[in-house]
Amino acid sequence: MTTELRERHGATAETRLSVIDCDIHPTMGSLSDLNPWLAKRWQQHIVTYGEFVRQGLSKTLSHPRMQPAVSRADAWPPNGGLPGSHLPFMQEQHLDPNGVVYGVLQPLRPNGNSQRNLEFGAALSSALNEWQLETWTRRDKRLKGSIAVTQEWPEAAIKEIERHAGNRDFIQVSLPPRSDEPLGRRRYWPIYRAAAEAGLPIGLHVSGVNGHSSTASGAPSFYIEEHHNNVQSMQGVVTSFVLEGVFEEFPTLKLVLIEGGFAWVPALAWRLDAHWAKMRNEVPHVKRPPSDYIREHIWYTTQPIEEPEKPEHLIDLFEWIGWDRLLFSTDYPHWDFDDPHTVFKIRIPEARKRQIFRGNAERLYGLG
Amino acid sequence: MDRHVVAAVGEIAPGGSKLVTVKGRPIALFNVGGEYFAFFNTCPHAGASLCGGTIVRPVESSGPGNYRLAQDRAMLRCPWHGWQFDLRSGEAWCDPETLKARNYHVAVAPGSDLVKGPYVAETFPVAVERDYIVIEI
Amino acid sequence: MSLPTQNAIDCDLHPAVPGVKTLLPYFDEYWRDAIVNRGIDRLNLDITSYPPGAPLSGRADWRPARGNPGSDLDLLRRQALDTFGTGCGILNCLHAAQMFHGEDMAAAFCRAVNDWLAKEWLEREPRLRASIVVPTQNPELAVEEIERRAADRRFVQVLMLAGDEMPLGRRHYWPIYAAAERHGLPLGIHAGSLYRHAPTPGGWPSYYLEDYVSYAAGLESTLLSLIAEGVFVKFPRLKAVFIESGFTWLPACLWRFNKTWRGVRSEIPWVDRPPAEVVRDHIRFTLQPVDAPPNPGQLERVIEQMGSDELLLFSTDYPHWQFEGEAALPAELPRHLWRKILIDNPLDTYPRLSEAARQASEERLS
Repeated sequence: MTTELRERHGATAETRLSVIDCDIHPTMGSLSDLNPWLAKRWQQHIVTYGEFVRQGLSKTLSHPRMQPAVSRADAWPPNGGLPGSHLPFMQEQHLDPNGVVYGVLQPLRPNGNSQRNLEFGAALSSALNEWQLETWTRRDKRLKGSIAVTQEWPEAAIKEIERHAGNRDFIQVSLPPRSDEPLGRRRYWPIYRAAAEAGLPIGLHVSGVNGHSSTASGAPSFYIEEHHNNVQSMQGVVTSFVLEGVFEEFPTLKLVLIEGGFAWVPALAWRLDAHWAKMRNEVPHVKRPPSDYIREHIWYTTQPIEEPEKPEHLIDLFEWIGWDRLLFSTDYPHWDFDDPHTVFKIRIPEARKRQIFRGNAERLYGLG
Repeated sequence: MDRHVVAAVGEIAPGGSKLVTVKGRPIALFNVGGEYFAFFNTCPHAGASLCGGTIVRPVESSGPGNYRLAQDRAMLRCPWHGWQFDLRSGEAWCDPETLKARNYHVAVAPGSDLVKGPYVAETFPVAVERDYIVIEI
Repeated sequence: MSLPTQNAIDCDLHPAVPGVKTLLPYFDEYWRDAIVNRGIDRLNLDITSYPPGAPLSGRADWRPARGNPGSDLDLLRRQALDTFGTGCGILNCLHAAQMFHGEDMAAAFCRAVNDWLAKEWLEREPRLRASIVVPTQNPELAVEEIERRAADRRFVQVLMLAGDEMPLGRRHYWPIYAAAERHGLPLGIHAGSLYRHAPTPGGWPSYYLEDYVSYAAGLESTLLSLIAEGVFVKFPRLKAVFIESGFTWLPACLWRFNKTWRGVRSEIPWVDRPPAEVVRDHIRFTLQPVDAPPNPGQLERVIEQMGSDELLLFSTDYPHWQFEGEAALPAELPRHLWRKILIDNPLDTYPRLSEAARQASEERLS
């Protein structure tokens, strides 16, 4: 089917649901899928030295997951390939029936942003961006990409941002919360300057292999802990951006925290305010209470949706964080996927639902 | 309650599953070592299609560091978030008192019995010489 | 007019060792000799978690004219115990002893600190109790230190910092927990770090304020580790007290932990009930810092979300600066919880708080 037919098909298949899915994971079969956009040197490098990260396991996650390919058991394309690798199946299983009017791509592999060989990382990131365009966004106009960059090599990152800044197929710059240093530090500021000037938010999807463990007490034994510690990585990012004064320096900069949950946000804001009030003389460049910056500059995707023991406490969270801060996401095709039909276990006013499903992302990303 | 013929024995291989519709309801049918189980297809957690789920033996433990596959119990694991439901009772492993996956009584009946009725065979012609899987709803 | 804190049990007080020289009498001959010859007695052993001059480390009106905050027993008596009418206070001595890499030096220093606490504080002030400072660098040596103190009923807890070499639930530390359980000593896990690892998953923050804020996350990941590793399955009579950890982050943590557990519990099959239940049975949180929400009704709502009124233990965190004046109990704290927080929960948590103290408290109340 042609692209136009796909769009029409999607449009007519749309239920009452109309969502912007702010976290979809397209997958490639192997890194050599990137060869069309990699110089010979790097095509060979993939085969010889390969991925080289701050971890004992070079090609896989530190804590093996509980489901093959981290995915829903029913997301394997019938014609073969990994979950998330086949656009027609993604359209059939997810985009069309779930009323997705826009989907934001977050490719997780390869992680150019975590490669110790910075040139290799930059080459992978660049190729990954071309792959997003060729394989995904040009074939389904609902899909938007995230510009992968090497934050540890700001010059290369800025070049990559500038290359794609004018292309509306990309709607954000992608950085990993787990970087060499906390992301608010000055060495990363040139990247924020470039992103802010391009009018692009920074999308921070849980990720990054940086040689730091996910806790202050070393690496946990179990996946269940490591998964939960994504919250810690997001908290660290928020605290760093706020206390380094990044939002003072770049008043238009926006952050999107992806797949890190959101129930933790209010308590972090309260804690930051309480202790900043006493020790603001250490950070005089932070001119306003931390919660102000958090409220103005940061958004959160909803998946994995929080499941309070009393479902109505979810409303408290939305009130305390701000209804305008939440961006619906599914994390398709991963196992802890949220289906927009069933994601809210309590009644939410229709207008609020529309805000979370679509309105907030439209405004933030300029989609409309 | 009516008896509904939903499949012929042999149609679903051991370890396999089939999605059937009875009285307008989608039902996930499983063959577990020759025994059949039927669940309302929609997972009570977030609506996943249980037909795509896996039959697993729950992991039991006598204490930290000890892992043991249950000998005499099996669960249906939902294909999405991995919630597990007892194959016989439908109770959710993690919340047996308040949550379950709706399940149905399943029997195998010979065609020779079934032709005598009563049953509702929505799509099935029944042959006397074969056996059939019958769900009661 | 008496404060609501009359007869309360203050579960977090910080005595400060004035300097290594103060500890010299408490070392054996070898260590005394080594410390002097190596000039260790001339070192400044300030710890990164609490720079003594930082505003948090000592409220301005609680600082002595000379020396570090918390180094003066008379001041502590007047400012912490008398002012609040405290019936009993638990000393948590945060000291470089736990920071050293060498196990033997760490063990020697811990022993000296505990001896010093017993002689200079517990002997001199009957309202005081103390946590046993242990060298987690070597669990066997830590157990030796616990065994050494166990008979002294004024030691009521084992003290560790949240940021250690490994997540604290790891089996490596279990000999410590076995000894603690055996002797009816809760684990006191205090905010802060040995700094064996970066404080955050994104690396080393620039500012002390940033580190301090991250200490709450340090306790949150400790909670995950204790539960996931099955510490409370193996040691069912053990309790852990999270000290100076904050607690308003707890509901979000419990909800997420339960949610994930429902999907992946076969990874940790010994956890056969929802993690939130295990937390409510085995983990407690000292009151300060409250890290309170700004709006009326919110704190009460958060406490409701915590799902149990047995979780909070009164503390002033003296001499750390967490509140003004005598407002150790936040105004928004529901009155019906006061007695539990001030007295009942601490008594339930610390079996060693003497029968005499328990009786005395109850007599004065009635």
